[in-house]
Amino acid sequence: MSLTGLFLITFLIVHCYINAQIFWNDGGKSFDELAHFMGTNVVIRTIEIGLFAFLILHIVQGLMLWAKNRAKRSSKYAVKAGNVNSKWYSRSMGLLGTLILIFLVVHIGMFWAPNRTAQTFGDGELPLYDMMRDEFQHPGIVALYLFGCISLAWHLLHGFYSAFQTLGLAMHKYKMMIKNIGIGFSIIVPLIFALMPIAFYFGWIQ
Amino acid sequence: MTLNSKTPEGPLGSKWEDYKSKCRLVNPANKRHLEVIVVGTGLAGASAAASLGEMGYKVKAFCFQDSPRRAHSIAAQGGINAAKNYQNDGDSTYRLFYDTIKGGDYRAREGNVHRLAEVSANIIDQCVAQGVPFAREYGGLLSNRSFGGVQVQRTFYAAGQTGQQLLIGAYQALERQVALGNVKEYTRHEMLEVVKIDGKARGIIARNLVTGELERHFGHAVLLCTGGYGNVFYLSTNAMGSNVTAAWKAHKNGAYFGNPCYTQIHPTCIPVSGDHQSKLTLMSESLRNDGRIWVPKKQNDSRKANDIPEEERDYYLERRYPAFGNLVPRDVASRAAKERCDAGYGVGASKQAVYLDYASAIERYGNSEANKLGLDNAGADKIKELGKEVVKAKYGNLFEMYEKITGENPYEVPMRIYPAVHYTMGGLWVDYELMTTVPGLYALGEANFSDHGANRLGASALMQGLADGYFVIPYTLGNYLADEIRTKSIVTDHEAFVQAENEVRGRIEKLMSIKGKQSVESFHKRLGKIMWNKCGMARNAEGLKEAVQEIQALRKEFWEDVFIPGDAMEFNPELDKAGRVADFLELGELMCLDALNRNESCGGHFREEYQTEEGEALRQDDQYMYVAAWEYKGDSSFELHKEDLNYDVVKPTQRSYK
Amino acid sequence: MEHYNMSLTLKVWRQKNNKEQGKFETYSVKDISSEMSFLEMFDVLNEQLIAEQKEPIAFDHDCREGICGMCSMVINGRPHGPWHHTTTCQLHMREYKNGDTIVVEPFRADAFPVIKDLAVDRTAFDRIIQAGGYVSVNTGNAVDANSIPIEKHSADEAFASAACIGCGACVAACPNASAMLFTSAKVSHLAMLPQGAPERKTRVVDMVEQMDKEGFGGCTNIGACEAECPKGISLENIARLNREYMGAMLDGGSQNAV
Repeated sequence: MSLTGLFLITFLIVHCYINAQIFWNDGGKSFDELAHFMGTNVVIRTIEIGLFAFLILHIVQGLMLWAKNRAKRSSKYAVKAGNVNSKWYSRSMGLLGTLILIFLVVHIGMFWAPNRTAQTFGDGELPLYDMMRDEFQHPGIVALYLFGCISLAWHLLHGFYSAFQTLGLAMHKYKMMIKNIGIGFSIIVPLIFALMPIAFYFGWIQ
Repeated sequence: MTLNSKTPEGPLGSKWEDYKSKCRLVNPANKRHLEVIVVGTGLAGASAAASLGEMGYKVKAFCFQDSPRRAHSIAAQGGINAAKNYQNDGDSTYRLFYDTIKGGDYRAREGNVHRLAEVSANIIDQCVAQGVPFAREYGGLLSNRSFGGVQVQRTFYAAGQTGQQLLIGAYQALERQVALGNVKEYTRHEMLEVVKIDGKARGIIARNLVTGELERHFGHAVLLCTGGYGNVFYLSTNAMGSNVTAAWKAHKNGAYFGNPCYTQIHPTCIPVSGDHQSKLTLMSESLRNDGRIWVPKKQNDSRKANDIPEEERDYYLERRYPAFGNLVPRDVASRAAKERCDAGYGVGASKQAVYLDYASAIERYGNSEANKLGLDNAGADKIKELGKEVVKAKYGNLFEMYEKITGENPYEVPMRIYPAVHYTMGGLWVDYELMTTVPGLYALGEANFSDHGANRLGASALMQGLADGYFVIPYTLGNYLADEIRTKSIVTDHEAFVQAENEVRGRIEKLMSIKGKQSVESFHKRLGKIMWNKCGMARNAEGLKEAVQEIQALRKEFWEDVFIPGDAMEFNPELDKAGRVADFLELGELMCLDALNRNESCGGHFREEYQTEEGEALRQDDQYMYVAAWEYKGDSSFELHKEDLNYDVVKPTQRSYK
Repeated sequence: MEHYNMSLTLKVWRQKNNKEQGKFETYSVKDISSEMSFLEMFDVLNEQLIAEQKEPIAFDHDCREGICGMCSMVINGRPHGPWHHTTTCQLHMREYKNGDTIVVEPFRADAFPVIKDLAVDRTAFDRIIQAGGYVSVNTGNAVDANSIPIEKHSADEAFASAACIGCGACVAACPNASAMLFTSAKVSHLAMLPQGAPERKTRVVDMVEQMDKEGFGGCTNIGACEAECPKGISLENIARLNREYMGAMLDGGSQNAV
């Protein structure tokens, strides 16, 4: 989980950096340049296959772990400790992951899939920036994206630190550092993502 | 029968070396066929089972707890003595030997005690090799502290959890042997009978406490490492399950019981808070290193401790024993506390407590910290704060425990302490080889009577348990088993096993069938009260005679009116407890008889009739310099055998800690 | 400290044995002193049941001073009850007030089958230790204790890990019923000392393997174990176990592993 998770975290950084180009508010020029590079570079496209493989692996591992761990206590507690001894999001990684997955299906179906289809079978790349601007005029879609970002934030809040803990790195002086970076990362990255549909919706960027 | 301690001849310092060189050995091929039963998995039991397993014997280890690691050795806080002289303060094997003999008020065997002192250093080496994390200095070497009753620093410790760390070391060694197949472990099993064939111990009957089934186990030798019997007093610092049952069954089967009246009352325990009290909690003796013990100078003073000015406080230990002050041996400190409380100077709601005060230690440490930090004008608050930090680092866990139990903050208000039953120096009589009067039946650790005389010094129990298990029994058992190599394993349908099992079954059925009205617990509490009041810290002939009568009556009532719920063939803690209390009801009587017989005061045994003008214990060396070993002769009938104690090296004097 | 008496309602899990289903029974107790320990309150209840010729509640306990690790119980959803760094036997009744209802359940995990009522079988922990939680040194071979100086910091850290009492609260608290904190405490204790170094690779691999075999869940770093541990065993032990484990696997795994 930790290795695939860290790979996905790395992907988030790249994804976030590229999409944040929209905030130059230059009509999508900076964004399109990078999007074009990402969509056509052979190396990146190869890594993309890896990304999907890791994503699927992360999901499969997660589901297996969830199913395995669930089976270890057949007689449940009548009174649950709840948030007294642990954080709800730490206990709900499966649920949060599932919510993120639902969001991802919609998200991929909205941008990535049509773009790759058009690249492979159609007339080339789609104008992703324009598509974003159009899609994010619908309040329902903006809400769905916000929902996805919030799920991601909670997922990361546990996942970031947890990955380092599993790799045996969250020790001594690094422990607090990793915890704090994790908290910062879990807030900043999903926030930047969330600002994208909001900015389009409110017309802060054109 | 004359008791032969089998102590080797020769000068004291070479007895054990000579023994080791001359004792018989068992060759490895034969060891594989020799089976050894070890009952109890505390320090003595776990270390013995592990060591014997390593040597190649087939070992079976039994404990009533759910894991060997739970044995009550785990609760020992303070430390373990060893004559390492790492502190260069003049310690030596002889000094440890001498301190132990003197601390035991000249009622222990010289040969045994010297051997204990000799192997003490090996224990520390062994434990460190196992990964026991003893406290260390910044230079990476082992740290030592001083402990009550001695003037050198020879106590090794692991914070306030030394017993835990040592037991885990032994437990790990044991589990390793289990993994290697040399030891088979029987947890939640209680030994209920010794099986004897042709006069030799050949096995045990054990009850599986989960299913209630009785099991027969054969062994070429049986080792009882079952701890002490302090729970006869109901309230003690022992664990709830600690009991005398295994030792008592052995006693009733021919093993003599040595010095049953020698009981150690530990001076620094948290006082009883009410009738609901189920056990007492010890605060490590190490607290006496820095704490000062006092009571008000005025009788029945009801002011709060902090409202009593310095000049109205009586630091009675410092007053009576200027040389040792608060560090006098346990028996002396306990009696002094009782004396003050009985005279009406006790504190707290019950008036059965004295203060253990850290205020001056906090100030002293605070001042030296302030000096270290160069704070010349530090205010009282700052000094107190610095001092508290130091005290917290040294005793934090103990202070925390005190606060959890009493709800009072010991950094601000003096702790209230009172003596409580802690350890029993008495136990099964054993010879130099740790064998009881039944051939093939051994007793190790607190279960035997051997090394502490009439009073045990702090940090010596852990030392003795491990000495017996790691370093003594591996030699002495071989000396016996060398003769047993031709004895084939006896099948457990031998009539002796059948008969022993029937006896155990009969007794259980009898207990279950009484179906009376009173709980086991209520009988235990009543027995405890009799024992504490009449055979406790101070005893007299009249009280002891009454106690014998009362115990007999209580025992009769028990067998007529006890109620044990549930079924014998299931997990039934009430039944387990009933069997143990039934044995305590017999042991208590013997303790009183022994105390009555011993017309002197020595160590933990204080007969009010025998004291000096200043209230110190008065020994009668001309008449009582012997081990009282009692033979069971049937109901309430015991025959006394004497083993004379010969002091070839140490000359007994009246102990003085002034 | 002001003392007071209280009446309480107790809902306690009763289960005859491992084969039969269990259920909650409700009891009321009166005149419970705030100075009692939680287990002394149970003693009172049991004496009351015995007086009514009913079966008392079976629960594990022994030293009653917080060190043997025998007591268990989940009290209002929390292993060893609400006090920080405290075992059930050291929890005192001044935590509660008159009229409170307390729900008491056994440690629940498939790897800890119920024996009766609140007593569970924790021998799985012994088997984890048997898999490698020791230093392979026979009696009598040791060199002088001061011949290997150990940095004070390492010795202190090893001690902090070795302070584990093997009670199983970590398993009881973990939503996954994982025994990772217990296992990691032993791995850490021995990994931090030079004496434990020669076997550190086989130890961690074998102990983790045994832990899985016993039916404990996998660790997902939730942290409930650390929060409930009566001895304050830190999650850093788990990080260290993970590091030891990876190091061992990268080095070819356990020699004993098949």
